[in-house]
Amino acid sequence: MGFLDIDNVTKSYGAVEVLHRVDISVEEGEFLVLVGPSGCGKSTLLNMIAGLEGITSGEIKIKDRVMNGVHPSKRNIAMVFQSYALYPNMTVGQNITFGLEMHGTPKEERDKAMKEVAQLLQIEPLLTRKPGQLSGGQRQRVAMGRALVRNPDVFLFDEPLSNLDAKLRVDMRTEIKKLHQRLGTTIVYVTHDQIEAMTLSTRIAVMYDGYVQQLGTPKEIYDSPANLFVATFMGSPAMNVLPAKLVERNGALHAVLTGAEGQEIALRIENAPAAYQSYKDADVFLGIRPEAITDPEGADRNARNIQGFTNGVTVTEPAGADTFVTMTLSGKDCIARMRADADVHPGQPFEFAVNMDKAVLFDPKTEERIG
Amino acid sequence: MAVASSDTAIRTSRITRAFIYLFLLLFALFYLLPFGIMLVNSLKPLSEITGGNMIALPREWTIEPWLSAWSTAQIGVQPTGLRPYFINSLMMAIPAVILSTVVGALNGYVLTKWRFRGDTIIFGMLLFSCFIPFQIVLIPMARILGILQIAGTTPGLIMVHFVYGIGFTTLYFRNYYAAFPTELVRAAQIDGAGFFQIFWRIMLPSSGPIIAVSFIWQFTNIWNDFLFGASFASGDAAPMTVALNNLVNSSTGVREYNVHFAGAIMAAAPTLLVYIVAGRYFVRGLMAGSVKG
Ligand SMILES: Nc1ncnc2c1ncn2[C@@H]1O[C@H](COP(=O)(O)OP(=O)(O)OP(=O)(O)O)[C@@H](O)[C@H]1O
Ligand SMILES: [Mg+2]
Repeated sequence: MGFLDIDNVTKSYGAVEVLHRVDISVEEGEFLVLVGPSGCGKSTLLNMIAGLEGITSGEIKIKDRVMNGVHPSKRNIAMVFQSYALYPNMTVGQNITFGLEMHGTPKEERDKAMKEVAQLLQIEPLLTRKPGQLSGGQRQRVAMGRALVRNPDVFLFDEPLSNLDAKLRVDMRTEIKKLHQRLGTTIVYVTHDQIEAMTLSTRIAVMYDGYVQQLGTPKEIYDSPANLFVATFMGSPAMNVLPAKLVERNGALHAVLTGAEGQEIALRIENAPAAYQSYKDADVFLGIRPEAITDPEGADRNARNIQGFTNGVTVTEPAGADTFVTMTLSGKDCIARMRADADVHPGQPFEFAVNMDKAVLFDPKTEERIG
Repeated sequence: MAVASSDTAIRTSRITRAFIYLFLLLFALFYLLPFGIMLVNSLKPLSEITGGNMIALPREWTIEPWLSAWSTAQIGVQPTGLRPYFINSLMMAIPAVILSTVVGALNGYVLTKWRFRGDTIIFGMLLFSCFIPFQIVLIPMARILGILQIAGTTPGLIMVHFVYGIGFTTLYFRNYYAAFPTELVRAAQIDGAGFFQIFWRIMLPSSGPIIAVSFIWQFTNIWNDFLFGASFASGDAAPMTVALNNLVNSSTGVREYNVHFAGAIMAAAPTLLVYIVAGRYFVRGLMAGSVKG
């Protein structure tokens, strides 16, 4: 029993099922991020938690109370919308206290709560302004203030940062994280930005096509993606997915790839999970994150299984802190992430080092991770 | 909201500009001419009209025709002047305008923010009512007014105009509210506002321009209506338009054209006033579709 339970919830519009048997249990104080590409059903799920959309089947419970059919205002939740949804005709102060007013809180208490929230979010000088006279970041704060003042059990955020410019988005991201650490409230947060998901969450639900593809901590999602979709969706640049053959040599499993010049590249796998055995001599997909492929000097010192190979470099892209190096492996583009001062040149062979601790294998047919 | 400003207009030379203004001036004069003639003739003694030139300015200025038209002229058989009928028209138009605007706003709100099964069909039917010719409504409406026992009265006319106006006002408000962010309504729901609180506190305060449109449209139509007035409110309850007709058609004595002109201007004055006061909101409201966030 969690604090917020989503039990076997589905959602259909007419004959079309857009959410299939979603099962998530959120503990008190958790920061759950729903992430996925456009149209995967994130907002629908959030709106169902809020009570703005009906539940076709299954149950949503907050603090063990079944919420199906309960009016949004009676769920003790608060929501921050993508467009902020500030009431244009009211001042910032009135916007913040409108919910309290509707719940019959007396004026003095409302004003006191408003002051506290305004102080917390540093929007005191804005209280008498109308939303039209605020910048995007200020509107964002006011929208959060309106949510905070209610002191709800669960905060719901629907892509709250997607209307901000890149710099402000990063600032507000940090601020939301600080706020969560300070207040310790339970948050469900929708985004299609995987970096936001990684940085903010205590747990992530990766969604695609109405299914929760994987539910786990950011580290689990990043290091052990459940399937090819999660592997390629989370992380930027995306995980390299390379067709390979699994063979046994000298008593150890190797993933065999083809280099740019047709040469064979065999990468030894140590501590292979038992499940790998049944894929012996079969085709698999080898998944390696770009930062697991480096120059030998830049390799992770704590890694136990670093494998070297030589391959031609196609393109180098210096990006300030890192240099991205593209090569061809098994007919696919493969990106490596190097130190900025690594000595790589396009068109020349280069000695790469792969941290095979971080490699994962996928079944080419089911696209699920093996092991 | 974007308003066309001078820097978006095509740059023109002085001469072209002079031509444009001249042209516009001529057209303005052309349009104002009938009104000018009415005004001039309403300020002349009758003898100057019958004996001469309609276009000339009065040799002897008088407001006698205005006084007569307002309070003593023969309307049908009674020498009451137009005043009681002017009041009738106000008593009819104001409640009918307010009622139809309020109901139109509520309809627009429900049809856009509280969608229900079959809402598009209902909207389609309301829209269809805008295109039903007046003549078709006459006989069924007479029957209903009879059943309700308000035939031939001002409340009867109010009901006719109210019902007939709902189609238009609903169309206006629906289209305006369609562009109103639904997230605002959802936020208010979470905040605990009910159906009418959302309407009253969130929707209406942002509806100024479209309320102006609905008001002007409804007022002009209701005030200027002759057919319903003549059909459903004869005698003492007749509206201004019908009374004006009766004034002009009074068969006793000489035809006092100067009084007729004065009466016609009185009948036109309220709608003219409404346009002058609120006309710019009309254009603004028709162009505005969204609420700036
Ligand atoms: N009222 C509706 N009727 C029918 N289908 C709908 C309705 N609302 C949403 N859908 C469908 O449900 C699916 C999920 O929509 P949802 O808004 O939850 O997506 P999302 O993950 O929030 O996407 P985005 O990132 O673009 O906001 C979409 O395929 C959408 O077309
Ligand atoms: Mg969405």
